[in-house]
Amino acid sequence: MAGDETAEHERARRFRDAALPHLDDVFTLARYLMRNAADAEDAVQECYLRALRHFDSYRGPAMKPWLLAILRNVCNAEFARRGKHEAPARCAGAEAEAEMQPLWQEPPASAETKLLRQQDDDTIRRLVAALPQPFREAIVLREINDLSYQEIAEVAGVPVGTVMSRLARARSMLRAAWNVAEGSTP
Amino acid sequence: MNCAECEILLHALLDGELDAGHARDVEAHLETCAACAEKFRAFSAMHTAFAGANLKEAAPAHLRSRIEASLPQPGAARAKKTLQPSRRSFFGGFAVGTALSAALAASLVLVVLRNDREQTIAGEVVSAHIRSLQPGHLTDVETSDQHTVKPWFNGKLDVAPPVIDLTALGFTLIGGRLDYIDGEPVASIVYQRRKHIINLFVAQHLGARQARPEQETIQGYNIRHWSEAGLDFWAVSDIAPEELEEFGQKIAAALRPGSAS
Repeated sequence: MAGDETAEHERARRFRDAALPHLDDVFTLARYLMRNAADAEDAVQECYLRALRHFDSYRGPAMKPWLLAILRNVCNAEFARRGKHEAPARCAGAEAEAEMQPLWQEPPASAETKLLRQQDDDTIRRLVAALPQPFREAIVLREINDLSYQEIAEVAGVPVGTVMSRLARARSMLRAAWNVAEGSTP
Repeated sequence: MNCAECEILLHALLDGELDAGHARDVEAHLETCAACAEKFRAFSAMHTAFAGANLKEAAPAHLRSRIEASLPQPGAARAKKTLQPSRRSFFGGFAVGTALSAALAASLVLVVLRNDREQTIAGEVVSAHIRSLQPGHLTDVETSDQHTVKPWFNGKLDVAPPVIDLTALGFTLIGGRLDYIDGEPVASIVYQRRKHIINLFVAQHLGARQARPEQETIQGYNIRHWSEAGLDFWAVSDIAPEELEEFGQKIAAALRPGSAS
């Protein structure tokens, strides 16, 4: 029917306008969650297909966290399908292990600020990519996707308190790794 | 504030998530505790390094085209209708991670995180109301017919705002207007009570969040906001608080399932 077709195109147009501007954000998170460009692209495409399917029932949160939540779900489903390897968000082992470490390790004395500023983008990427999943996800959503704590909590499906502790730990781990990467640890 | 609390909260301070009072508490602790101050300094540097780095990855052009191509195209056969689960059930399917070290953070979070978006929006809602009272600004579509106002919003917003005629209850529908709050397009449904104008702003996420209505007064205007049926509502007027409350209750009642609107 012509009317239905018009409505369908109108809906697709609204979806394009709302969802496509966030493609880089979605792709960025996919790259950090999947770690492999081809898998990341597949996940992003699946994310947009699902988002379009659910667009009629979309009532917020804001579009970006909504898309990122769908993407995360797609990635988790993919990891679940593959079974063994790594299970994002359910990486209780990693979280428990990190829990055993003191939150703060005394830093070696160094011109840390200066060194941090000198880090090039690739080094930061590499260090973030090396974080265990729940911490990697939290830091990417905060520092790169620029979500608020509340939005991160919605995307990750955890309370805001968990977001805060994950960010604290993620930054502590990053800092330790940074010092090692800089060779500033004696 | 002790060091354990500070260790969690200094990140919230860095991320701009602390309310003003607790931000001052953390800052006060940092002034007296060299160890925490050192951590804060280091994490600030890291935060700055992230902000200065270009870490966002541009989606490759072929991926963009692939996604574009998968959307319904003009002229193509109509996309197959599929069952649409509600967003709630969809989100309900997400794995919920275990909250391991969150005990302390959880005990802190409820009291300290700022909610100033609500304040920002409240201010903007009042400004929009005042702007709407300038000559010629009140309505884009002027009619007391709800069936004229409602379709007027089609294509202008990504939601269909409910337009409820409360004339019989003493609030006359006089039209609708497209407005902008917090950078987003919102519907304003305009009502009149005697000589007083009521703007009812409606959008998907306008910071109201809670279903329980809240009422406050800003610059002499009464504001009432609440969430209902997946939409956020902000009513602004110079009518008495009790009358605005009555207005809000009538709108909310008309929106509940089972009532005709």
